[in-house]
Amino acid sequence: MSLAAPSDPAPPPRPASEPAPETGPSVGGSDDDAPPRPPFAQDWRRIARMGAIGAVGQIFISLSNMPVKLDGRAIIEGVLSLGYLSLVVLPLAAGSRVGHQLRREGVPFHRPGAHEVVGGAACGALVGGGLSLLAILIANFNLREPLVNWSPILADLLAFNRGTAFAVVIWLAIGAAVGAAAGLLRVVPPLARRVLWTMVLTLFGAAVLESLTTDLAEGMGIEALIDWFYAPRGGLTITGAIALAAGSGVLALVGRGRIKGAKARIDALEGPARNRAQGGLILATAAVLVILPMFAGKLTNELLANVGLFVLLALGLNIVVGLAGILDLGYVAFFAVGSYSAAVLTAATSPRINPELPWFVALIGVVILTGLVGLFIGAPVIRMRGDYLAIVTLGFGEIIRLLFLSDWLSGWFGGSQGITNIPGAEIFGLAEVAGTDPRSVFYLVLAFCAIAIYVSWRLERSRIGRAWMAVREDETVAEAMGINTVNVKLLAFVVGAVLGSFSGAIFSAKVGSVFPASFLILVSIVILVVVIFGGMGNIVGVIAGSAVLIGVLGGPKQPGLLAEFSEFKLLIYGALLVWMMLARPEGLIPSVRRTRELHQEELAQDAWLRGQTEDDHLENGEGRS
Amino acid sequence: MNAPAVEPILETRDLSVDFGGLKALDGLDMAVYPGEIVSVIGPNGAGKTTLFNAITATVAASEGDIRFEGESLIGLDPNRVTSRGIARTFQNVRLFANMTVLENVMVSQHCRTRQSVFGALLYTKAFRDEEAEITERGKEVLSFFGHRLVGYRFDQPAYTLSYANRRRLEIARAMATQPKLILLDEPVAGMNPTESAELTGLIGRLRDEWGFAIVVIEHDMEVVREVSDRVVVLDHGVKIAEGDYADVSTDPQVIEAYLGHGASA
Repeated sequence: MSLAAPSDPAPPPRPASEPAPETGPSVGGSDDDAPPRPPFAQDWRRIARMGAIGAVGQIFISLSNMPVKLDGRAIIEGVLSLGYLSLVVLPLAAGSRVGHQLRREGVPFHRPGAHEVVGGAACGALVGGGLSLLAILIANFNLREPLVNWSPILADLLAFNRGTAFAVVIWLAIGAAVGAAAGLLRVVPPLARRVLWTMVLTLFGAAVLESLTTDLAEGMGIEALIDWFYAPRGGLTITGAIALAAGSGVLALVGRGRIKGAKARIDALEGPARNRAQGGLILATAAVLVILPMFAGKLTNELLANVGLFVLLALGLNIVVGLAGILDLGYVAFFAVGSYSAAVLTAATSPRINPELPWFVALIGVVILTGLVGLFIGAPVIRMRGDYLAIVTLGFGEIIRLLFLSDWLSGWFGGSQGITNIPGAEIFGLAEVAGTDPRSVFYLVLAFCAIAIYVSWRLERSRIGRAWMAVREDETVAEAMGINTVNVKLLAFVVGAVLGSFSGAIFSAKVGSVFPASFLILVSIVILVVVIFGGMGNIVGVIAGSAVLIGVLGGPKQPGLLAEFSEFKLLIYGALLVWMMLARPEGLIPSVRRTRELHQEELAQDAWLRGQTEDDHLENGEGRS
Repeated sequence: MNAPAVEPILETRDLSVDFGGLKALDGLDMAVYPGEIVSVIGPNGAGKTTLFNAITATVAASEGDIRFEGESLIGLDPNRVTSRGIARTFQNVRLFANMTVLENVMVSQHCRTRQSVFGALLYTKAFRDEEAEITERGKEVLSFFGHRLVGYRFDQPAYTLSYANRRRLEIARAMATQPKLILLDEPVAGMNPTESAELTGLIGRLRDEWGFAIVVIEHDMEVVREVSDRVVVLDHGVKIAEGDYADVSTDPQVIEAYLGHGASA
C-alpha cells in the first residue's frame, strides 16, 4: 500500500526483559530483531475475505435467533448477556485471526505491533458492518416472510432500543473495537496475554457454572458468599465480576509457569515414582468425585449422572473407534439393546416376559445379550473396511431402533409405547438407585465408569490392545503378521458393545421407561462427536469431551449447564467439530499416538531441523542407489 | 539341483495366479529345503512378489498347490499361514509406523500368544509372564541388528527410524513371529553399498544362527551372489532357470530375459 506510514515510531512497549516464557523457541532472535510492520501495509484482501466470512456468519447467527434466545442468560448482570456475547464472538475471532501470522523457522516475520491492531479493527468493523446491514434490512424489508426463525425482538436488541441509525453506527463501532482488542491481544507481551485470558475465561466459566456453584454452595452452607458473586436473576454481579477478575489475574501472575513446571516434573519422573504421582492424582480425582455429590443438590447430581452416562458410552466407543479404528456410526444400537434388555428383565410391565429380576442379576443377562447382538451385528460389518463399514454400522444402528419400534416385536418391547414403570436398581439391598435420587444414580454411573476406565487402560496395554493398534495402522500387514483381524476387530466391537450396554442398563433404571425415540441416530453422532472432540484414543480426553459437550451444552435430550443453548446445541456441536478438525484434529486432550499420526510429517521435519534424526545416515555416508 | 534326501520345507506345485486373464504366475514348481537360502530373481513384472503374496495367502492361487512342511496352505487365511511358520517383509516398507519399535516386534508375536481379555483384565500371573516373555523375545530379535534398534530406540515410534533401520525393523518383526521360513522382499532396496553389504552378512547369519530357511527377492546381483545357495529365475510368471549363481548368471535364457533378444549372442 502506498499509504504505508513507516513513521509510526511507537509500537506498544515491549519489556525487553520478558523473554516470552510460553511461546517457546519459535519466538527466537529473529522476532525481536525484526521491525514491526507499518500499520497500513495490510493485506486488505485477506481482511476483506475474513471480514466477509465473519459478517455472513454473524448474520446467520442473528437470524437463527440465537442472540434473542440467549439474551435471557446474563454473564455479568446488566452489562453482558450470552446473547450479546454471541453477537461479538465472530468479530473477536476474525480480528484475532487476521493478526495471525504463519511462523516458520528460518523465515523472518515481523514483530507484532500497530499493524495487528489496525488489521483487527478493520476486520472486526467489517463483521460488525454485517450486523449494521442486517439492522437496515430488518428496518426496510419484511424478512419474516422467507426467514421465519428470527423474532422481531432482534431489531430492538441490535439497536439497543434506539432506532436503526444508532444500530448501524454502534455495530460498526463495536465490531471495530472488539476486532482491535483481539488484534491487541497479539501485540501485548505474553504475560499480559496470559493474565487477560485467565481473567476472561474465569469470568466466562464462573457465569457458565453458575447453577453448579450455587448448588454446591447451598450444600456447603456458604450461600452468603455466592449471593455476593451472583445476582438474584442470574449472572455475576459487577462487584463479583471485578473481584473474580482481579483474583484470577493475580493468581495467573503468581502461578505463571508453576502448573507447567509441576506437570514437567511429573513427566520427568520415571518408574515407581511416576506411578505413585499418577496414582495420587487418580485417587485425588476419585475422592473429589465421591465427595462432591454429597454437597450437591438434585440438579447438579442429575447433570453429573447424565455426563457420567455419556462418559460410559464414549469410553465404549473409544475402544471401537479410538483403539481399533472401526468407525462405528451406529453405536446407539448397543445403548438401546442394553436399555431394553434391562427393562425386559427387571420390569413387571414388560409385555411378553417379565422375570422381574433384581437389577444386578439382570445385568448379567444384559451383558450376554448385548455381547450376542454385538457379535451378530459385528460379524458381517467387520469384513468391510473404511467408508463401507461406517455406512453399514449406520444402517444397523437404525435397524435396531426400528425393530424396537416395529409392530412385529411390539408384543415383546411395546412398540412405540415402549416399556414403562421400570424399577430402579437395587444394590444388594443397600440402596435403591432410581431417577428420583440422582445422587445414587451418579454413584452407580461412577462405579461403572471406573470399571470402563480400568478395562480400557488394561486392554490397551495387552496383546489385544496392540493388535487393535496394528489393525488400525495397516490391516493387511497386521494379518500378514499373524493377527486374526476378524477376531480381533470383533472383540473390540463386543467389548465396546458391553460397555455401552452398562450405560443403557443404568439409563433405563434412571429414567424408569424406555422408548424407541430415546435411541435416535443422533445419539450415535453425539457420542462420536464427544470422542472426537475430547481426543480419540485417550481416556482423559474422552472424559473431558463429555464434560464439556454434555455437561455444558447438553446431550441429545438432556439439558446442560447452558440450558439456553438447547435449541442451538447441534449448530454449536457442528461448529465446534469443524473448528476442532481444522485447528486441533487430535482433540482436546489427545493421545500421544493420535497426535503423532496426525502430525507425523511435521514432527519428522522438526526432528530433522533440530538435527536429531538418525545417526547412521552419517555413519554410512548419505549416498544411496 | 543338488536336492538332498530331506523333505522340502516349502514346495509349490504347478502354482498359477491369474489376475483377470493375466497370468502373473504360470505353473511354477519350486522347492525350498530347510536351512537353505534361495534367491528369486527376474525382470520387473516377472511375478516375484506375486509368488510371495500367493505363499502368504495375500492373493489366492488360481491353480496348483503350495505345501509347507508337507501340508497344503491353499485356502488358509494369511494369519494362519504366519502361525504355521512363514513370515515376510514387504518391498515397500510397511511398519506400524506409530507404534514403538518394541511394540512392532511384540505385536507380531500375536499368534504365538494366548492370553485372553480376561487374563489382561485380571492381570493374572500368566498374563504378566507372557508379557515379560514377548518383551524379552522382542528385545532379543532387535539386538540381532547390533546397537541400531536397542536402548532408547525401543520406545521410539517406528516412523522416526531411518530408511535402513525401518528395513531392519521389518526383518526383526518377521523374526519375532517365530517362523521357520522367512520371505524377504528386496531387503536391500534403497540401501547404500555399505548398508547392503552389512545386511547381506545378516541374511547369512539369520540362517546360520537362527536356523531359518530364507527366500529372497533381490535385484542387487552382488547380494544374490553372496547369499544364495540356489537361484530361481522367473520371467512372465514362468521359471526359466534354476541353479547356483554361476550357472544361472551365464544361462543364455536368463540373459535374454534381462537384456532382450539377441543379447545372448
